[in-house]
Amino acid sequence: MTPPDATSKESATSDAGSEEAADVSTGGMPSEQPQAPDVSKPGVPQGPGHAVRLKGLNAYYGQLHSIKDVTIEFPAHQATALIGPSGSGKSTVVRCINRMHEEIPGARATGSVMLADQDVYAPEVDVTSVRRLIGMVFQKPNPFPTMSIFDNVAAGLRLTGTRSNDLRETVHRSLRSVGLWDEVKDRLHEPGIGLSGGQQQRLCIARTIAIEPEVILMDEPASALDPLSTLKIEELVDELKERYTIVIVTHNMQQAARVADTTAFMLDGELIEHGPTSEIFTNPKDDRTERYVTGKFG
Amino acid sequence: MTLTRFPEVSARRRRKDKLMRGLLFLATGIALVPLVLVIYYLIYKGIGSWSKDFFTSDPNGNFLGYPGGIRSAIIGSLIIVGLATLISVPIGIGVALYLTEYGKESWYASVIRYFIDVMTGVPSIVFGLFIYIVLVLGHVGGGFTGWKGSIALSLLMLPIVARSAEVVLALVPSSLREAALALGAPRWRVVTRIVLPTAASGLTTGSLLAVARGMGETAPLLFTTAGAFALTANLTQQMNALPLQIFNDITSPRAVVVQRAWGAALTLVVLVLILNVIARLASRRSRLA
Amino acid sequence: MAPTTTVTVARGRSVLERSPGARLPDQVLRWGLTALAAAILALIVYFFIRLIGESHQALSQFGLSFVFGNDWDVSRNIYHGAPLVVGTLITSGIALIIGVPIAVATAVFINELCPRRLRAPLSILVDLLAAVPSVVYGLWGVFVLIPKLLPAEKWFASTFSFIPWIGGGTVTGPNYFIAGLILAIMILPIVSAISREVIATVPPENKEAALALGATRWEMIRIAVLPYARPGITGGVMLGLGRAIGETIAVVLVIGNAPVIGSHLFTQGYTLAAVIANEFGEAANTPIHSSALFAAGLVLFVLTLIVNIIARWFVAHGHRRPRAGDLDVVVEAQAATIGEIG
Repeated sequence: MTPPDATSKESATSDAGSEEAADVSTGGMPSEQPQAPDVSKPGVPQGPGHAVRLKGLNAYYGQLHSIKDVTIEFPAHQATALIGPSGSGKSTVVRCINRMHEEIPGARATGSVMLADQDVYAPEVDVTSVRRLIGMVFQKPNPFPTMSIFDNVAAGLRLTGTRSNDLRETVHRSLRSVGLWDEVKDRLHEPGIGLSGGQQQRLCIARTIAIEPEVILMDEPASALDPLSTLKIEELVDELKERYTIVIVTHNMQQAARVADTTAFMLDGELIEHGPTSEIFTNPKDDRTERYVTGKFG
Repeated sequence: MTLTRFPEVSARRRRKDKLMRGLLFLATGIALVPLVLVIYYLIYKGIGSWSKDFFTSDPNGNFLGYPGGIRSAIIGSLIIVGLATLISVPIGIGVALYLTEYGKESWYASVIRYFIDVMTGVPSIVFGLFIYIVLVLGHVGGGFTGWKGSIALSLLMLPIVARSAEVVLALVPSSLREAALALGAPRWRVVTRIVLPTAASGLTTGSLLAVARGMGETAPLLFTTAGAFALTANLTQQMNALPLQIFNDITSPRAVVVQRAWGAALTLVVLVLILNVIARLASRRSRLA
Repeated sequence: MAPTTTVTVARGRSVLERSPGARLPDQVLRWGLTALAAAILALIVYFFIRLIGESHQALSQFGLSFVFGNDWDVSRNIYHGAPLVVGTLITSGIALIIGVPIAVATAVFINELCPRRLRAPLSILVDLLAAVPSVVYGLWGVFVLIPKLLPAEKWFASTFSFIPWIGGGTVTGPNYFIAGLILAIMILPIVSAISREVIATVPPENKEAALALGATRWEMIRIAVLPYARPGITGGVMLGLGRAIGETIAVVLVIGNAPVIGSHLFTQGYTLAAVIANEFGEAANTPIHSSALFAAGLVLFVLTLIVNIIARWFVAHGHRRPRAGDLDVVVEAQAATIGEIG
């Protein structure tokens, strides 16, 4: 399945930094990489290229062993929900995927996180480039307070020196994709924090997709929002999974049931069970899963 | 099976990141260079002056021969700053108490607060001028005297004590106050028995740092105490003080006198550092924060 | 009918009332402290009025020339203080140019880049710069800085003499540059402390958002930290400026005290504060001279008041939407530097 804007995606990618443009268009060895294998255009989905596979992931906060040996695949172009009581480690798992976990002093992770066939934790991998491909939306909307709506969406693009015409196109397109365009098109240069909570969150999503990641991680994206905004976010997730792989942490089981194709249940840092959402909720295999989804605890 | 490659962070961005990080590190190092140099030269040039005579004899103002030590300067500083402390600390804490216990957010309290804050920015020489005009020119109780120097210094120290005291007093949890009030204690008891003791070490820290500041000030004393050589230890007369002594000695043509300035400067800095260290130790034993 | 319970006790007072005597300490404390605070306010206003009074003779005689005229001549009793004002601005300007970038850089480094356990020691070291008395900086300036920098200044002046105001005259030992440099060192701790406090208030979620977009550490600082901290840092810079304008002792020892507007960076000059300290003794018997010095003090006082007020206004009305805590942060930081709490 080719995504609707494959072509515009190419042009956006090819403008994102002259070195990358050269690599992509010639399709040959980029001048800076020693023996790099034959590369496809990064970000254009082909087959399981967007799947994320965790293998034996362990995470620590200092001595505290918080994520224990998690192995799971997040299928490409689907939304997978991570559910579980608070403290179960779902946020930590997700922060390990884009390596935000290690920003906390004393925190570390072992194991591997595969994006297609590249291990995010491989020693030669640069953590900032991981985050270009694996984006994140946070629980509390966090638009940059000193930037306008336009500048917020453009923030990630500007880091890689996108030219201003393409910038404008991409920003408008992102805002359209998240359904914000009509609401903000006349005030693109007003501060981003002037929007309502739900709008701010959609702005953050627009900011994330503007750089065309392959995976979007969402850490309880709607928990700080009112029910109407929550619904809008959920609709957005539904649309976004056509182009991206989505992992969404949620404590709201109805939400998981609404948006996720696959669901994984975590407890005390362990992955207890995962599978198609309908099965997890109607016919869980593990006792503990059953008790959680029926509301007996958590 | 296709390969996904992570997009390269452009070399330009990586270089810029390294460069800026390096610059920031370098700048921090540069900031510390003066500190190191000052301390080094103080020790290098000053320690030679230190001797028993240095601390037990007064500057004698002779044009030839041994110029004397700095005893009157040390004692003068201690006395003058001591009096200034006795004035500024209770008043400063009193103002801070008013702001946290009674005035709080009222219009009047905001004005006071603003005033105190602005006072911290007033140059010390202006305080010296104030006291000179009001007390010295008017010959109130004599001409240049030690106690007028103390008053000038206390004007300088007051906002420091008041502002830091207010911060500390505000840190006392209101739950403590409420518990005492709920037991039927009158407000003044709550203040004296609960609030002040809890905040005591923080208040000490703030006061000690104000004292350290007062010990190092020269300008306010120039116009109020004016300095003397002999040991007077009499607040109603002109007195010597370490900063005054150093200031005078710097411009002397005699090398031995300049030498004495270095010794005196080392003494002053040691005193100030000791006060700073004690202040920090006091804050570490704080029952708050 | 239910029996009413009486709670009256002796002398007809209810047990719930407090005797007037018991209320007294509270009243005394409350009104005593209120009066104290008012007295301080009144005292400062009084001093200000007296200072104006003493300056009156010089100001009425020289009028605006006191500030704008370029002729400070003690021997002829002419006191036009432009050299003082210009010298004050020049030395403070140099102090800002040299001191602010380094101060802000240390604040960024300490908060964002250096290893956690180095944060406290480094902060303490930078703050120690503030503990050195100004007379000690003056001593060090005269006998260490001036001689050691003289060759370098001479080389710099001759190599870059094509730049106006750099070359063009003899390089003297005491000069504007040395004064500005020492002032930079003296304002560094306060600007750094305030910047550090402000940078610490940047919401971590904004920093995370930048990192999650694939920003490098410096880029994160550039897009999430510095813009947020800018109003507070500016407030800190202005407070540093106020300090530089008013500094007397260190400056009077290293600026040369020449009552002229120096023709280039490496020559002698004068400042408002330095003139007072320097000429105070000899002015004692000349009323017009004393009055001129008081007038200089008045100008100095008003100048620092204005700078301080602007500093506080700026922080409260920063270009971005101000938060309730802004002004408090700057004042906290100031209290922290001068009182070093926490």
